[in-house]
Amino acid sequence: MSTQQEGTIIKVSGPLVVAKGMSTAKMNEIVYVSEQRLLGEVISLDGDNASIQVYEETGGIGPGEPVYLTGQTLSVELGPGLLENFYDGIQRPLQLIEKESGAFIARGIHVPGIDRERKWDFKPVVNSGDSVAEGDVLGEVQETTLINHRIMVPVGISGKVTEIHSGDKKVEDVVAVIEDEHGKNHKITMLQKWPIRIPRKDGGKRVPNEPLITGTRILDTLFPLAKGGAGCIPGPFGAGKTVTQQTVAKYCDAEVIVYVGCGERGNEMTDVLMEFPELKDPNTGEPLMKRTILIANTSNMPVAAREASVYTGMTIAEYYRDMGYNVALMADSTSRWAEAMREMSGRLEEMPGEEGYPAYLGSRTAGFYERAGAVKCLGSGDRKGSLTVIGAVSPPGGDLSEPVTQNTLRVTKVFWGLDANLARRRHFPAINWLSSYSLYDENVAGHWKKEVADDSIDVRNDAMRLLQEEAKLEEIVRLVGMDALSPKERLVLETAKSIREEFLFQNAFDAEDAYTSLTKQYWMLKIIMTIYYSAQDIVEQEDFDFDEFKKLPVMEKVVKSKEIEDGKWEAFEVLAKEVASTIQSLKK
Amino acid sequence: MQKEYKTVASIAGPLMVVEGVEGVKYEELVEISVPGEKGTRLGKVLEASEGKAVVQMFESSQGAVTEGSKARFLGETMKLGVSEDMLGRVFNGAGKPIDGQPEIIPEKRLEISGTAINPYSRDYPNDFIQTGISTIDCLNTLVRGQKLPVFSGAGLPHNRIASQIARQAKVNDGSDFAVVFAAMGVTFEEAQFFQSEFEKTGAIEKAVLFVNTADDPVVERIATPRLALTCAEYLAYEKEMHVLVVLTDMTNYAEALREVSAARKEVPGRRGYPGYLYTDLATIYERAGRVKGKKGSVTQIPILTMPEDDITHPIPDLTGYITEGQLVLSRELHRKGVYPPADVLPSLSRLKDKGIGEGKTREDHSGVMNQLYASYARGKDVRELAVILGEAALDETDRAYMKFADTFEDKYIRQGEYEDRDILKDSLGIGWELLKLLPKAELKRVKDEHVEKYMTK
Repeated sequence: MSTQQEGTIIKVSGPLVVAKGMSTAKMNEIVYVSEQRLLGEVISLDGDNASIQVYEETGGIGPGEPVYLTGQTLSVELGPGLLENFYDGIQRPLQLIEKESGAFIARGIHVPGIDRERKWDFKPVVNSGDSVAEGDVLGEVQETTLINHRIMVPVGISGKVTEIHSGDKKVEDVVAVIEDEHGKNHKITMLQKWPIRIPRKDGGKRVPNEPLITGTRILDTLFPLAKGGAGCIPGPFGAGKTVTQQTVAKYCDAEVIVYVGCGERGNEMTDVLMEFPELKDPNTGEPLMKRTILIANTSNMPVAAREASVYTGMTIAEYYRDMGYNVALMADSTSRWAEAMREMSGRLEEMPGEEGYPAYLGSRTAGFYERAGAVKCLGSGDRKGSLTVIGAVSPPGGDLSEPVTQNTLRVTKVFWGLDANLARRRHFPAINWLSSYSLYDENVAGHWKKEVADDSIDVRNDAMRLLQEEAKLEEIVRLVGMDALSPKERLVLETAKSIREEFLFQNAFDAEDAYTSLTKQYWMLKIIMTIYYSAQDIVEQEDFDFDEFKKLPVMEKVVKSKEIEDGKWEAFEVLAKEVASTIQSLKK
Repeated sequence: MQKEYKTVASIAGPLMVVEGVEGVKYEELVEISVPGEKGTRLGKVLEASEGKAVVQMFESSQGAVTEGSKARFLGETMKLGVSEDMLGRVFNGAGKPIDGQPEIIPEKRLEISGTAINPYSRDYPNDFIQTGISTIDCLNTLVRGQKLPVFSGAGLPHNRIASQIARQAKVNDGSDFAVVFAAMGVTFEEAQFFQSEFEKTGAIEKAVLFVNTADDPVVERIATPRLALTCAEYLAYEKEMHVLVVLTDMTNYAEALREVSAARKEVPGRRGYPGYLYTDLATIYERAGRVKGKKGSVTQIPILTMPEDDITHPIPDLTGYITEGQLVLSRELHRKGVYPPADVLPSLSRLKDKGIGEGKTREDHSGVMNQLYASYARGKDVRELAVILGEAALDETDRAYMKFADTFEDKYIRQGEYEDRDILKDSLGIGWELLKLLPKAELKRVKDEHVEKYMTK
């Protein structure tokens, strides 16, 4: 990397460095600070002076030391070799950092994001002489057993292919030459760069209407997220944000997963790193790591890189979306990202907004989540991709009125509210069914009706209604006791209890229980609801005994319906009929 | 080259602005000598600008003057001289010995701020630590390399518990711990309590103490845990020891941070604490862990007192977001005279599952843990119900649960301060004993074969 120009440091305050002699610097340009060449980014310009946020610790740096300009903006490297990698917030592979500096991260280490030496078997899909435009696929590389990496024409280039090379190539080898309309030749390699703060170009957004299937019952059935949607998981500590994020990362049916650990625990990332290569993807049977990219800026790593880490992850995710894949990005936790912004803002002495957060918190949050979406990919052909974003939020004291949660709720359409009380009662996933919501339920209803069952949405809506009613009835019970309820109300309570305990409760650490297919979810719920539907008039009979009713042998089978194997839908159907007929036989 | 300046422009609280300086580095140490005073005071550069440096003084700025004071920039950041001879010694928050013995001869000098462990190089903590306290060992298991704070309140016996853990902690393979102890802003009596506890039991031979009492300089309080952790990392990763770090009281530490932040006129976050409190606490807590290829480990037990027992206060709240669980103490149990007053229900050890079970403790551990937890939770619910409806309204099962909850508190949670319970014989054994109080049909969380095997008739 060439460094042309240099400025001089005039002030150092934590991760903020101010330098003079920077008149040629651009906003968001990458600079190297001091002789140790610490990576930094220009975040504001004032005449000759530039404020730089430094992505490494600045102890021992002082005024008078040089700042080198690079002319480039903060970018990520895109190309084959991204998958299965474990990066820090600015796309340095942590494995290479370990090689350079041992178990503790030293400063001023520069390692490439993508392995330059590894060879890939490039298979062209266009011929010499073909006309191509930006976003068109030039060829393919089998990146992992799961993902066929498509090499696309970089944005801004179009014309006629004059050369195309197949065979074993390194990422920096020229695989194609494109002559544009002015007769200029562009050499295309498999390695491309993209500035992280600018959304990658797409061919137009679509309305998301496919559900992202996670295998977690409360999420899929009650609060579905669409492929290309944005959701958030706020919750106090210990309620299970990370477990929920990791469960979705493990089992959801996206083809590529980008998992950003932003300001969280080091041991958690280690856990993911040790577990993912072992676990099998339920959709393909291959190790999960083959479709995963991990990005970690743990809470003790430099704070400015935390701000960048979510954008690094987002840009990589968009790149795979552009190939035509369904990508899911998990950011855990966006509160730490917002806090990193607050810290930089404070040091820049900007006017603070609520709780010391910068006034632009809202627009930055919106800008981040808006990069999610279902798109038609750039380029010819009918490639469709989607990028689903799930952000965890860690509100202080579990108080949802704080600015980060509120700004996030404004732009995300799915809210999975974690509840400390449920967690304390060991009800997992501790997602509150009363406060959570999804605005995609209409969008994905079509998929449910077509792929699962015609009445799936009705069953779900009835179940939701019972859960709402239960909350009301419980108030009454608390005040005047169970005896005050009518038999029908009692039935509502019993059914809601079954929904909670048999259906919503799910053990993420149990290999069998952790993933439930959509159809099985439908049947499990349907069978519980069958009790409710068929007992409507029975319970009003005189001398009806609820305790006897609960002890019916068929009830035991309902509890065990979880154990019926996936795909054995007849067994569910038989059970549903048995439930209905047994209950009806009580009729006098 | 060291430079000396006589251009102190202003002093406010622990902060001092020196003008006309050149070549000053961020976080560099500064020695300040005040006219008419012997010796020097120490500070560090908080902000280095062209021709101006903001210096944070480690000691009080009382008596310092702008005229005539001299600031000498030492050209290096704060370091701690470390050596194995530190074991058995007591230091203050500046790393100077205060036990009346000579200074140590350092083997090397290490930066106290430390560097982040590469998450790729971490080894997952999964070795069971026996503390001899049932509520920890069985229900909220501590593992080697974990950070597990104690959330306490003013007047609760957290110090006695911490010292009991430090005294009794050992691992299955028989090796015990070196203890690094950091006291921040504690009273003289508390500091004395720990020191004499360690001396009395001989544990001091394997302990290093860093003591910053309530009347010591505030800024030193910010350095104290970092000194302790630097020493701990040295012992763990270079001398292959298993180190248990006890930090008390993190609330005082956070208050000190707030004080300095306010003096710097920074924009405050929640309740006046600086916006970077989370990051700052993380740079302390995240220094716990294990590293691949190294024998030693650093386990942390930070102690904090929750203001007004409020778990949503920023200090316990942010701590809970970083640490791997928490042990909460209960004022109610303390009033009942139960020691240790461990509040089992809100306590949690996130890493417990990796440290228990066959090969670590015993196959039935997880079942017993869940059963005790669930039964106690149910018992407490029943007890509340009995207050409203009267005991007569309870059925037989409910009454069994209530009896269970009472006995659980009395026999299981309560134990002696010098009682070192073995996990198999005592903690699990008593657990099975208590479960006999419940009807067998209620024992849904333990496996039937384990009931056969471990429940004495």
